[in-house]
Amino acid sequence: MAGFLLRRIGGIAVTLLVTSFLVFGSVHLAPGDPASFLLGGRSASPAAVAAIKEQYHLDDPFLVQYTKWIGGVVTGDFGKSATFRQDVGGLIAARLPTTLLLIGYAGVLILVGGLAFGALAALRRGVVDRAVLVGTGIATATPSFVAAIGLISLFAVRLGWFPAFGNGGGFGDRIYHLTLPAAALALTFVGLLARVTRTSMLEELGREHVEVARSRGVPGSDVVRRHVLRNALGPITTVTGTVVAGLLVATSIVETAFGLSGVGQLLVSSVTVKDFPVVQAVSLLVVLAFVTANLVVDLVHPLIDPRLSHAKGGKA
Amino acid sequence: MTTRLLEIENLTVRLAAGQAARPIIDGVSLHVEHGEAVGLVGESGSGKSVTCRSVLGLFPEGAEAAGGLRVDGADILTMSPTRLRDLRRRDASMIFQDPRASINPLRRIGDFVTEGLRASGVSRKGALDRAEELLESVGIRAPRAALRRYPHEFSGGMLQRVMIAGALAGGPRLLLADEPTTALDVTTQAEVVSILTRLQAERDMGMLFVTHDLELAAAICDRVYVMYAGRIVEAQSAEGLFSRPRHPYTSGLLAATPRLESDRPPHGVPGRPVSLSEAPSGCAFAARCAHARPGCTEHEPGLREIDGAQVACLRAEELIHD
Ligand SMILES: Nc1ncnc2c1ncn2[C@@H]1O[C@H](COP(=O)(O)OP(=O)(O)O)[C@@H](O)[C@H]1O
Ligand code: SF4
Ligand SMILES: [Mg+2]
Repeated sequence: MAGFLLRRIGGIAVTLLVTSFLVFGSVHLAPGDPASFLLGGRSASPAAVAAIKEQYHLDDPFLVQYTKWIGGVVTGDFGKSATFRQDVGGLIAARLPTTLLLIGYAGVLILVGGLAFGALAALRRGVVDRAVLVGTGIATATPSFVAAIGLISLFAVRLGWFPAFGNGGGFGDRIYHLTLPAAALALTFVGLLARVTRTSMLEELGREHVEVARSRGVPGSDVVRRHVLRNALGPITTVTGTVVAGLLVATSIVETAFGLSGVGQLLVSSVTVKDFPVVQAVSLLVVLAFVTANLVVDLVHPLIDPRLSHAKGGKA
Repeated sequence: MTTRLLEIENLTVRLAAGQAARPIIDGVSLHVEHGEAVGLVGESGSGKSVTCRSVLGLFPEGAEAAGGLRVDGADILTMSPTRLRDLRRRDASMIFQDPRASINPLRRIGDFVTEGLRASGVSRKGALDRAEELLESVGIRAPRAALRRYPHEFSGGMLQRVMIAGALAGGPRLLLADEPTTALDVTTQAEVVSILTRLQAERDMGMLFVTHDLELAAAICDRVYVMYAGRIVEAQSAEGLFSRPRHPYTSGLLAATPRLESDRPPHGVPGRPVSLSEAPSGCAFAARCAHARPGCTEHEPGLREIDGAQVACLRAEELIHD
């Protein structure tokens, strides 16, 4: 088990290193002179240009630039943002709580909604199942900015139940402010998870041990919980892991739409003004989120299915 | 006389209307007395499992059942769902063919054995103690530790013992064993059969033993029913069946069993078994029967009593003197 963890963490380090190189490389391959972007298009004195080039090591060869950057990254120094004239690490740290809260909130909505609708469809074949299929089809196909506009016009403008803008202060108020953004963020993925849950449960419903449990007088609700849902958890966990990691990317649209100052919005604004150090750091964060989610899913799977356990047992 | 433990009278099971409402078993009658071992034999697809499962009120989805079906006098077909659950927990239980598919691979052995007990309201501790005794009685070593292990850590034979322990947990009077040894290798088969018959005798349970192996059925059962294409074609005592089979299908099955004293390979019943829905009019066995006459495809032979045996063959009397 310890060996497994060490190998996985080593693998993650290598993955991060390779992607950091790709991220850095692609940002530098973007057309245009980095110095003029960093100056924000203003015409500047040759001295100012020289200072910028000096600060971002722009005259160094590519590999030297990368080495200097990654050397900073491993010590937690992501460089300075050109637009904010601030440490990138501080910029992100200030916005991370809002984004994490939003992702957590949306994650709960996705899990509860996805499992509930998926289970409902699997267990109530016929009209309910078809209604859920249509509903999840629409949800999955709705882009989050469309969901955001719809939710704002209905719940914020027309009904006035929720605010359409801003972060709010204090935990309760923040949650209140994040309700519509979380719903907009969750919608697509509720549909996705509901479908995965439905398919996985239908497959398990056809298994022999489910029939055997019924033949032994186990009540229907226990059969569903302990035999159907329990055994359907594998695919559900895999999809949930990927979805939650992907939410970090999806927040960029939703945070912008709802005027939340989070990491997603920071990414969008930094891409627009070509604030390379920020874009690089957030991209690395996204990669980190995916590999971490993957690791967590891989650690959870043996808990769900003992046959995947890393500790080997002999046969009796 | 007291009521019979299991009484099936003229049971017909029809599939849902969407599937042309075709019957899969037709007019099946059989009974099991308290403490009696009864065999139900036939080739694959003859309707043995459908018959066996119907005793617990388990029918294919949307299927319709007609006839009489009573366990200890209680009518399964009209029973409330709550009463049926009680019956499944306490009065009658089933051992299935493939233990690896029948026991949830993700849950512990203890969870499987105690499942019915827990559903009946027995405490966790009480159920686990009971499960330990049960595992010991089916010959599982270190039963306490076994309760915490998972199915994939056991061999097929050991898992079938676990299944038997689970079936005995509620203290049933009727045991339904649906090909309990078919999925196992020969040595393991013998062990499982001896455990099953020992426990059946010790606990004085009635048992309906389903198998495609006529010789095995005759060895452990008091009486044997032979089933073909969804109908019972012969019923008599195990010895009678073995020494004087009345139905040509039974003779064919006997010839198909490998014999220790013979060097000849078993020649089997020629032809392919048919299911009830494919069966032609008249005798369903006619296409494979060496004794078939033109009349055989005209009338469906009903069960008739001949010398204490029941036979559904138009020529049963003549063939005795074959
Ligand atoms: N759930 C079901 N749906 C449709 N047909 C079924 C179902 N169960 C059994 N049958 C049909 O009933 C017949 C008897 O099956 P079964 O009782 O399983 O045979 P056996 O156990 O003797 O091999 C077969 O023709 C099979 O196709
Ligand atoms: S009724 Fe005719 S076809 Fe059927 S078993 Fe008897 S002899 Fe054979
Ligand atoms: Mg069968």
